[in-house]
Amino acid sequence: MTRIELTVNDEKRSDDVEPRLLLVHYLRDVLGLRAANVGCDTTSCGACTVLLDGKSVKSCTVLAVQAAGHEVVTAEGLSSGGQLHPVQAAFRQEHGLQCGFCTPGMVMAAVGLLSENPHPTEEQVRTGLEGNLCRCTGYHNIVRAVLAAADASSGGGDQPGRNPASAEVTA
Amino acid sequence: MIPAQFEYVAAQSPAHAIELLTEHGDDAKLLAGGHSLLPMMKLRLAQPEVLIDIGELDELAGVTADGDDLVVGATTRHAALAASELVRAEAPLLAYAAAQVGDPQIRHRGTIGGSLSHADPAADLPMALVALGGSVVIEGPRGSRTLAADDFFEGYFETALQPDELLTAVRVPRRPGVPWGYQKFVRRANDWAIVGVAALDGRIALANMGPTPLRATAAEEALAAGASAAEAAARAADGTSPGEDIHADREYRRHLARVLTRRALQHETG
Repeated sequence: MTRIELTVNDEKRSDDVEPRLLLVHYLRDVLGLRAANVGCDTTSCGACTVLLDGKSVKSCTVLAVQAAGHEVVTAEGLSSGGQLHPVQAAFRQEHGLQCGFCTPGMVMAAVGLLSENPHPTEEQVRTGLEGNLCRCTGYHNIVRAVLAAADASSGGGDQPGRNPASAEVTA
Repeated sequence: MIPAQFEYVAAQSPAHAIELLTEHGDDAKLLAGGHSLLPMMKLRLAQPEVLIDIGELDELAGVTADGDDLVVGATTRHAALAASELVRAEAPLLAYAAAQVGDPQIRHRGTIGGSLSHADPAADLPMALVALGGSVVIEGPRGSRTLAADDFFEGYFETALQPDELLTAVRVPRRPGVPWGYQKFVRRANDWAIVGVAALDGRIALANMGPTPLRATAAEEALAAGASAAEAAARAADGTSPGEDIHADREYRRHLARVLTRRALQHETG
């Protein structure tokens, strides 16, 4: 067993783990944080996406020991004071989900994308979510939700660098 | 899928990593981003007894200029390489190649040293290094050596790295303003290249046309003799015998190599 100390959703954690324990299993089975889903388990689908030091990563391909000394945020850590994170609110508003399995990973990938590029074009959203698969929605409402979240967090209106046509994503 | 058990050691320095490699030899593997190694361990295609983690060694990450070369630390992640102003200005082909690897999450974790050491012939960065005429810096118990990319890749997932050696850095010539082209043919986002071509100043590298990234030597010779891009590209598959899989048979890959080489020689990206 290896001792790891890390921060998960702003809480300090300290646990003895087997070195082979994957971060996604540490989050789900040790900490009981079940938002990150195990989908493909092969670094393809993105359902297990979490933020590691603010950057989106697939937690099925990170060992828990590799996260030691770092900061992890899962979908459970996004809302504060009973308020949904703007990306979560936009997914609800724009109906950016159907079955919901990909949603926690999709939301975390979108949060990571918007932290790197607060005003993406529609094309940048689509390529920015390349690492996340959704088998229900066809992606249109997801893309619309991410664009809406970008607008909401900057007070709405046209943004520099933003493709004006992208506000009218057709489903 | 859960990897088989292993012993985990966080290396305290590159020298410590080499000591551990010397001690454990073939039983050990280096871990940095883990985005080639961990999937193989989950599938039991790799089952090291000891993992030596070099992912936290800051001295192995980052990009600096050194004379006529850029020096890229082995644990520099793809996203950092793609975003580096220095790389974008002085070796834009390398920054572009880094931005083509996998998807954003993968680029946040994967490292250039890991990708080169893994030596997947379909991967972006090995092809880019060959096209750039770059080299790798290798440290081991017998000292340091620098190997040209053309000599580093020895076979399918095989390199000249010995079990007790650590790839510490990558050197690429600074070539600001020199036109280049990059083509990666895939059917789906995130896939490895069915065929890839990178071209810069008379050098042409092919991905997934053989067991290693290859130089399109016949096409390079034609270019040097004054052939047009189209004439040279017609020779791009000469001497190659690519593998066949569900995506493409041999003749289709050879066709793709010719088409993509023409586009790359016309400095197109895609």
